[in-house]
Amino acid sequence: MTETLPETHASAREMRAKYESGQATARDTALAHLERIQKVDKHTHVFLTVLDENQIVAQADAADEMIRAGQASAMTGIPFLIKDNISTDGVRTTAASKILDGYVPPFDATAVSRLKKAGAIILGKGNLDEFAMGSSNENSAFGAVINPWGNNRVPGGSSGGAAAAVAAGEAAIALGSDTGGSIRQPASLCGVVGFKPTYGTVSRYGLIAFGSSLDQIGPIARTVADCADTANAISGRDPFDSTSLELDLDFTEYLDRDIDGMRIGVPREYLVEGIEPGVRSAFDASIAVLESLGAVVEATSLPLTDHALAVYYIIAPSEASANLSRFDGVKYGMSVDGEPNARESIEATRGDGFGPEVKRRILIGTYALSAGYYDAYYKKAQQVRTLIRREFQDSFQKFDALIMPTSPTVAFEIGEKTQDPFQMYLSDVCTIPVNIAGLPGISVPCGLSEGLPVGLQIVAPQLGDRTALQIAHAYEQSANWKLTPPEL
Amino acid sequence: MNSPLLTEDDVRHIARLAALRIDDAEVETMRSQLSNILAHFQTLAQLDTQGVPPTGHTTDAHSVMRDDEEMAALDREQTLANAPFIDGEFVRVRPVIE
Repeated sequence: MTETLPETHASAREMRAKYESGQATARDTALAHLERIQKVDKHTHVFLTVLDENQIVAQADAADEMIRAGQASAMTGIPFLIKDNISTDGVRTTAASKILDGYVPPFDATAVSRLKKAGAIILGKGNLDEFAMGSSNENSAFGAVINPWGNNRVPGGSSGGAAAAVAAGEAAIALGSDTGGSIRQPASLCGVVGFKPTYGTVSRYGLIAFGSSLDQIGPIARTVADCADTANAISGRDPFDSTSLELDLDFTEYLDRDIDGMRIGVPREYLVEGIEPGVRSAFDASIAVLESLGAVVEATSLPLTDHALAVYYIIAPSEASANLSRFDGVKYGMSVDGEPNARESIEATRGDGFGPEVKRRILIGTYALSAGYYDAYYKKAQQVRTLIRREFQDSFQKFDALIMPTSPTVAFEIGEKTQDPFQMYLSDVCTIPVNIAGLPGISVPCGLSEGLPVGLQIVAPQLGDRTALQIAHAYEQSANWKLTPPEL
Repeated sequence: MNSPLLTEDDVRHIARLAALRIDDAEVETMRSQLSNILAHFQTLAQLDTQGVPPTGHTTDAHSVMRDDEEMAALDREQTLANAPFIDGEFVRVRPVIE
């Protein structure tokens, strides 16, 4: 137990243990979080919407009632932040875009309704890069999130609010979404754990679509076990998402198994260009920890890795350009009035409502899908996507999992990469291949470099989520980093 | 692959296809940024993809059918409340045919 830290910095499992033993109530814990938000959110700028105190207390009281009645589960009474591209019934959902200003969904995303049913407490909605497009949270229409580890540092993105909230003690767990690294990269930059499950394990119903073949909802938390517990609560077949998989996976099943004899590959392509020396040495030290636990760690090669970024930045914007065509100022959100006809009205609304990065990606995607360029860009990228999947499949014949740094750098300075979009895209170079192949990936803290957190990424085969969690858990328990940012 | 360098007219054409109004300053910024991004994509041309099937979805999900069952729809009032312009039970839009 972490006696010295405030209760807002405990893991969800520690909170649950206190509820069950009667040492704490969900109500007190929820109120402590609300107080914490009031104290630190002016520094972090994590929350776009905080629920009213009476709404939070009502959820907490219901959770305490479940606990008293012996109906509690792992999520009961746990304070959550929900990334603001995930729909919440009756609570403003903006995707950090001006174009959705004032939008209040009349329904919950399936992941949210499952959390609510399990007795979780929703505190509010988390800041992000507009429509989850970005790696630093600087693309939010409502102002950037500040990394609690450093005043002038980005939290990563796009789930920057989610990761910063968990790091700063503003929520115990956050739901994020990951299209090219948007859960894992900010988790790495904020010193917390971020888990992207296999594509299809968590329903995307109610997640505002970005790249539908890549998007996946997942948790950001303080521990690997909390991530596994959350995945258990939110996963499973959903009739409202036809790509959700029919399976009954217990994500916690392998947590306590040792990793003696496990074969782990280190693809050298992830360790070359642009990796900071401090990240490299923290990563190398994590290999030594895994070896001390009996894992057999070996260098390997995935040559197609170098093409993953191009594949991603064709496929994701192409899908985005189609998905974002629904924002037309007719059904919801803002609308520019006074234009002569529907076409002009839609163009004006989209021109005014979308920020620069979203426009850039809509234009890239539209171009890649347009007549004359479809074969050279979109189809070619989809074919290379097949080759990348095959390369991973071959590699998993030999290895149980692959590891690499989650991000080539620690949290960079605000404004450092905003002038050159391609430099920003490179921030996701280590996480993108995982989405292209639909694999599970987890980032777990593996130390500090220049006083800022470094993340170790563990990637497993499709539906090998339990293996990724198992290795992450074994590493976490052995390395025992207790990374807490300096008090704000 | 053809030269990836876009002209300002190319950018205006794409923006029109995307129903996105952009001003002249944005056209030039986008032209230069998109050309730079597209240049990085040219590396894919080095790869031989002859006969390789494209991947659309990693789960290999195919078109799925479901029974046509009646179920509760979203509340009309709540749903209409999000529309910027309504007229009774209808969403109001600018003229489509002039």
